[in-house]
Amino acid sequence: MTDVVVEIRDLHFARGERMIFDGIDLDIKPGGVTAIMGPSGTGKTTLLKLIGGQLRPQSGSIRIFGEEVTKLGRQGLFELRKKMGMLFQSGALLTDINVFENVAYPMREHTRLPESLIRDLVLMKLQAVGLRGASGLMPSELSGGMARRAALARAIALDPMMVMYDEPFTGQDPISKGVLVKLIRELNDALGLTSIVVSHDVSETAAIANYVYLLSHGKVIEHGKPEALQVSRSEWSRQFLDGSPDGPVSFHYPAADFRDDLMRGGMAK
Amino acid sequence: MLDALQNLGKATLGFFERLGRGHLFLLHVFATIPGVLIRPRLILIQLYSVGVLTLPIILVSGLFVGMVMGLQGYNTLVDFGAEDSLGVMVALALVRELGPVVAALLFAGRAGSALTAEIGLMKATEQLSGMEMMAVDPVQRVVTPRFLASFITMPLLAAIFSAIGIYGGYLVGVELLGVDDGAFWAQMQDKVDLRGDVYNGIIKSVVFGFVAGWIALYEGYDAVPTAAGVSRATTRTVVHTSLVVLGLDFVLTALMFGD
Repeated sequence: MTDVVVEIRDLHFARGERMIFDGIDLDIKPGGVTAIMGPSGTGKTTLLKLIGGQLRPQSGSIRIFGEEVTKLGRQGLFELRKKMGMLFQSGALLTDINVFENVAYPMREHTRLPESLIRDLVLMKLQAVGLRGASGLMPSELSGGMARRAALARAIALDPMMVMYDEPFTGQDPISKGVLVKLIRELNDALGLTSIVVSHDVSETAAIANYVYLLSHGKVIEHGKPEALQVSRSEWSRQFLDGSPDGPVSFHYPAADFRDDLMRGGMAK
Repeated sequence: MLDALQNLGKATLGFFERLGRGHLFLLHVFATIPGVLIRPRLILIQLYSVGVLTLPIILVSGLFVGMVMGLQGYNTLVDFGAEDSLGVMVALALVRELGPVVAALLFAGRAGSALTAEIGLMKATEQLSGMEMMAVDPVQRVVTPRFLASFITMPLLAAIFSAIGIYGGYLVGVELLGVDDGAFWAQMQDKVDLRGDVYNGIIKSVVFGFVAGWIALYEGYDAVPTAAGVSRATTRTVVHTSLVVLGLDFVLTALMFGD
């Protein structure tokens, strides 16, 4: 195995006029949990989509398991994606089939396993996320936390080498959050995965991450082990990690001068 | 003035861009047909939801359209003493025009809108993205089976519409208004040509099925993944399908029956 699972070099990506990534370098090492953190709207989810090949960057290179994703064709991408699992923020479970069938779905699509084996495998995956008892439920009958766990069981259905988590803790109650934190770490270690967690939940993510990248305004602001970041002196990192309203990141969206704006409001447009 | 020109240019470019994307989408659908044909179960499920579930509205509408034509046709023909030709009139109108066209319009309203909403919502809830990340082509798995189902069911629905319509005409004309039973059927048998009328009607419905499926699925697949986006896409499916079906009907009629 190479010593880096994902290697991103000088990545540039823009949506229309808006620059999302302006020359990012990033390495994700095998076997660990790498966290990518940053405020909402910094393009963390976009980064996962770029890694998964769902979006193409304007320039730069993304190599996964040594393969250049930006140059892969459709078939090549599909082959590569069989080695990765992704947990979407919404879960993205197929709503017209039940939990069991959702987890069985990738197995049925990509393998010719006999039904009895698929059943055993699905139950094992569901047991790992604690939802074996919910295998007969439809996605609409699940709570948010359960849906995410079911989606996690599906993401690891084909025993991927790498799993990407898109905001796994957002909108979860404290118990579900705790469960997910534990699950991500335990699955990573038990299955020998490489995990990428995209999140802005600082404490949960820092608790399980081996390495953290902080992103903002299209750049990597800082990276290092969570303990090292905790004592970081960078003003920006301090504001983000401590969650303080004051700091280099302004509360106000860029706007014209307040006084001018108010004065102009008095006149007919 | 300049703004207006700019907007016009933008709208025109947008239109052609969508048209181009629509055709690329269609090519993608074609490319995945072999992969779907080896899993007929996928098509079977869609044949049920696209075809069988549309059947009630086709049956009821067909019957009423036929009955109304029986009534109106009789009132017109009886003045000329030509009420025996009622069967021909009802049959020709249905087989050549009303069967394929009205069935396609009903299809757009019942099945097309449902297809667009379903696929649009799958997109909005990241289900299509999720499939892609599982290395499953959503076009092959979701779109193409639905496209084939539309293509297969449309001619059948149109044929059923025509058949039940003729029966509706018979009920009103013969059973209610007393047109001669033998004349009704015999004239129909004599005047309705298998090649010229029935086949052409079938060709129309095949074309309409193709277009209705294409528009509905493309609108869903291309929908802006929000509640408002899906609602707009659903509306566009019904409006565009109806317009295209009516427009194409004229073109096809001119090609088939124009001298």
